[in-house]
Amino acid sequence: MRLVVVGNGMAGARLVTEVRRRGRDTGIDVEVSVFEAEPCQPYNRVLLSNVLAGTAGPEQVRLLDPGWYAENGVRTHLGVRVLGIDRAARVVVAEDGTREPYDVLVLATGSEPVVPPIPGAERAMAFRTLDDCDRIRAAAGSARHAVVVGGGLLGVEAARGLAGLGLPVTLLHRAGHLMERQLDTEAGLVLRQTLAMVGVTVRTGVTVSAVDPGRVRLTDGAVTDADLVVFACGVRPVVRLAREAGLRVDRGVVVDDGLRTDDRSIFAIGECAQHAGTVYGLVAPAWEQAAVVADIVTGADRGARYRGSRVVTRLKATGVELAAMGETHLTDDQAEIVRFTHRRSGTYRKLVIRGERLVGAILLGETPTVGSLTQLFDRGGPLPGDRMGLLSPEPAAAGAASPALMPDSARVCRCNNVTKGRIRACWEAGARDLPAVVAATAATTGCGGCREAVDGIVGWLCEQEGVSV
Amino acid sequence: MTAREDVPANQGGLCQKGWTAAELLVSPERLTTPLLHGRPVGWDEALDFVAGRLAAVQAEHGPDAVAVFGGGGLTNEKAYQLGKFARVALRTGQIDYNGRFCMSSAAAAVTRAFGMDRGLPFPITDIARAGAVLLAGCNVAETMPPFVRHLTRMRDGGGRLIVIDPRTTPTARLADLHLRVTPGTDLALALGLLHLVIARDQADLGYLAERTVGFDEVRTSVSTWWPERVERVTGVPVALMREAVRILGAADRAMILTGRGAEQHAKGTETVTAFINLALALGLPGREGSGYGCVTGQGNGQGGREHGQKADQLPGYRRIDDPAARAHVAAVWGVDPGDLPGPGRSAFELLDALGTPPGPRALLLFGSNPVVSAPDAGRVARRLAGLDLLVVSDIVLSETAAMADVVLPTTQWAEEHGTITNLEGRVLLRRRAVDPPPGVWSDLEILRGLADRLGRGDAFPADPGEVFDELREASRGGIADYSGITHARLAAGTGLFWPCPAEDHPGTPRPFAGRFATPDGRARLVPVEHRPPAEDIDAEFPLYLTTGRVLAHYQSGAQTRRIPALDEAEPGVFVELHPDLARRLNVAPGDRVRVRSRRGTAEGEARVSTAIRPDTVFMPFHWEGVNRLTNAALDPISRMPEFKVCAVGVERVT
Repeated sequence: MRLVVVGNGMAGARLVTEVRRRGRDTGIDVEVSVFEAEPCQPYNRVLLSNVLAGTAGPEQVRLLDPGWYAENGVRTHLGVRVLGIDRAARVVVAEDGTREPYDVLVLATGSEPVVPPIPGAERAMAFRTLDDCDRIRAAAGSARHAVVVGGGLLGVEAARGLAGLGLPVTLLHRAGHLMERQLDTEAGLVLRQTLAMVGVTVRTGVTVSAVDPGRVRLTDGAVTDADLVVFACGVRPVVRLAREAGLRVDRGVVVDDGLRTDDRSIFAIGECAQHAGTVYGLVAPAWEQAAVVADIVTGADRGARYRGSRVVTRLKATGVELAAMGETHLTDDQAEIVRFTHRRSGTYRKLVIRGERLVGAILLGETPTVGSLTQLFDRGGPLPGDRMGLLSPEPAAAGAASPALMPDSARVCRCNNVTKGRIRACWEAGARDLPAVVAATAATTGCGGCREAVDGIVGWLCEQEGVSV
Repeated sequence: MTAREDVPANQGGLCQKGWTAAELLVSPERLTTPLLHGRPVGWDEALDFVAGRLAAVQAEHGPDAVAVFGGGGLTNEKAYQLGKFARVALRTGQIDYNGRFCMSSAAAAVTRAFGMDRGLPFPITDIARAGAVLLAGCNVAETMPPFVRHLTRMRDGGGRLIVIDPRTTPTARLADLHLRVTPGTDLALALGLLHLVIARDQADLGYLAERTVGFDEVRTSVSTWWPERVERVTGVPVALMREAVRILGAADRAMILTGRGAEQHAKGTETVTAFINLALALGLPGREGSGYGCVTGQGNGQGGREHGQKADQLPGYRRIDDPAARAHVAAVWGVDPGDLPGPGRSAFELLDALGTPPGPRALLLFGSNPVVSAPDAGRVARRLAGLDLLVVSDIVLSETAAMADVVLPTTQWAEEHGTITNLEGRVLLRRRAVDPPPGVWSDLEILRGLADRLGRGDAFPADPGEVFDELREASRGGIADYSGITHARLAAGTGLFWPCPAEDHPGTPRPFAGRFATPDGRARLVPVEHRPPAEDIDAEFPLYLTTGRVLAHYQSGAQTRRIPALDEAEPGVFVELHPDLARRLNVAPGDRVRVRSRRGTAEGEARVSTAIRPDTVFMPFHWEGVNRLTNAALDPISRMPEFKVCAVGVERVT
């Protein structure tokens, strides 16, 4: 079976590895060819913000080792653009003249950055590829003031990363608050404050009208100094191939639960695909889709189906802890809302609950329960009646009780199962110091951790006697 | 009983299990006469019967129709003799032991990485000097309390303790940082920690270049395990992962230690490998005062896995499929290498094959109680019931012994000489202190008695000293080389670290100091991938079950449940559940609850505690029934069953 994959990004590369992993189990022979317009090996786009911020090296973003393709019998056409699909002949046509026949074709063409149609846009840099990252880092070395246009997830990460390089950064955003798709107004405000603390100035409700040399002009007439301008104005699915091949395309390439387009031998996954009305812009859904397609095309599980993903957005920016998931915009009359704000500490926590299930959350600032809340959201598990416990961890266990308050049944030495009552009885029988109590009860002879406690009780008993005499 | 303070592992410390162990020597439940179909008989009658039946079964169905099952509590001498008995007297390849359920994942991963499986490849006293210790799935405060003294010393010296455990165990309470991982996701957590180590430039590239191979592939493979993704899988907040990596990086000397919590999974070998990769990336193994180690469980969990009671192994930690190893051991045993059987079934596969064609039809069982301790134990009990012959050697009538056709009463710790090898690879001599009760034989005497009747008595001495001398020869030149160790040397001191290849050799406290035991001397990093538990939770079985130990009991409880003080401390099965879950199930503390899995049900008393995650229940496995719930999904490499996670439903018994 001949499988051709167009696109070797997070989705395409994942698909190829998933196919090979199954191939080893099922023994089905799948010939794989991959086309990718970027000339480099696949890399982990999720980590680009970290590379920009210098918290991950370019070495670390590699998804596959250079030798992997040869070892796994995958033919690659890197740096080769695909010009078209001949659906009748089931052939992919590439710009270097390659005509690659397929039995199954998977489109994983991803998305491309939106560039605002304004004068001087060419002076700005996109933030989408590893190359973009290198260019921005190089420019940051000599820049004195950076502007990031776009206050969505990527824009916030880019701004934080540039600020981390020691550059004053202004983040310009069109909507009334940051990350408006994930955050409500209050969360946007708290995030803005948190960013201010790490050196990012945020201006919301503003639109850039032009990028001039050394500065950015806004539609309200204001001007911001900028010798480095980064556009993070969102992305749009790359659907040209699909559209020209006559496949059904809406915002993305329309696919069914099997990730198939309206041509049964063509699939689409990742950011170019639209499933049940949704185009996902995150990696987790793309990987779930890749697994389903790999199951189907290798025969590992022909019945595999994709049912949509629960979306968790987790900001990767040093010093800015933010997780947002599900339906964060519901209000008190639409759902049960549990909310805690403390602007001064950069904390905002909001839970959206429906039918005793967590359907959305915003967690801004370090949240000890972020892991369990994400899992409750992912699994749709039942929530405890105590909502406060969801927002704050269980109180730490109380310190050691004073011997006077401890009941006789309290176990003092776990290792040897010695209670306070037993120590008292022993003391009453004549064991008046620690060694004598140890000899009689074996307390303290296991892990040794109760030595102070046993000593304290013996001391207290002696003191009591002193009082009563 | 007095404490001996010159042995570094416990320095005289004992928990209640230790202090009360002598009570078992005089327990009224002690077996003192062989039982044939429940009837007390003399030794001749019992052994004649067994030998006769073994011969008949083998005559009809071939040598592999008889199987042998051993235990990690047996002395080195017994473990060695059992392996030899199976292969030479019975000529069966069907032998394995309960250590498969205990140490096999660590053993497989460590052997692959370092070429030699010695639990701690450094003296245990090194722990006290470390600046940081990461314990993964290891509740020593209950399973081995004196071990905590080393951790306490480490912390008193400014060192930090990190514990990975789904439960807030007494050990986790001692920790500076507790990562409360979702059951079955330790592997993802280890990958995430390594990702962070690399991202923070904490990888020791000089060490990696000089002493290891495989880092590039591993670095690529953990690229996809960025901390935010790991958080979603494991439930461990990113901030805590960062803190763990910061602590490990800040320490001059650091250690990563794994226990059964990380190992008893259908991906246990990969999980241990991920922690070894982490240790190697940090440059720890083979560096004095640092390292990776696995905390060995049973009394002789180390020695028990070295001398041939494992399905794929010959003495000296040799492989049974290695022609040179076969030739060496065959020469010591005076047999033709071609007559030695090949590798047999692993523990669960062996138990699961019993009484079912083409599986074995007779089983000799020493030092183990699989009806309580094996996974999917209901199934194992059915298999045992289907045998033509079950022979059990034990000190008390365990649940498994109660099913046996023949029960042989045997000696225990203080009644016999023998060596054991402790968790740090130190061989210790355990001396006979009291006479066994009249009518009780040692396992070595039992094997000799059977061998006599099978016509091979000359090859099976019953004296532990003689057996040990033979073991020394059989292990000579092997990985676990005991040839320089003698009972006399052991008696004169506080034990010797193997390998010890000559009588004037001081032993090897730190075998990886200069090089690893691989052919090229370098450690191997091996890329591994996370996968979900073999059985994940769903609507019908919505909770994770994890099993473990309590302080008062040991293993299947056959010994400790018969000691009144321990029985009083922990009298029965309990189910630990979170208050949120208890409220939802309408369960109050002390209520009886029923836990059901796809394989069976078990009941216990509810213990309501915030020490457990709301999505998980915990049960100690020392009582019959709990392991009827567990999943026998096996690790593809180590054949370790997935004891630590399966899906269950819980309800109140009305």
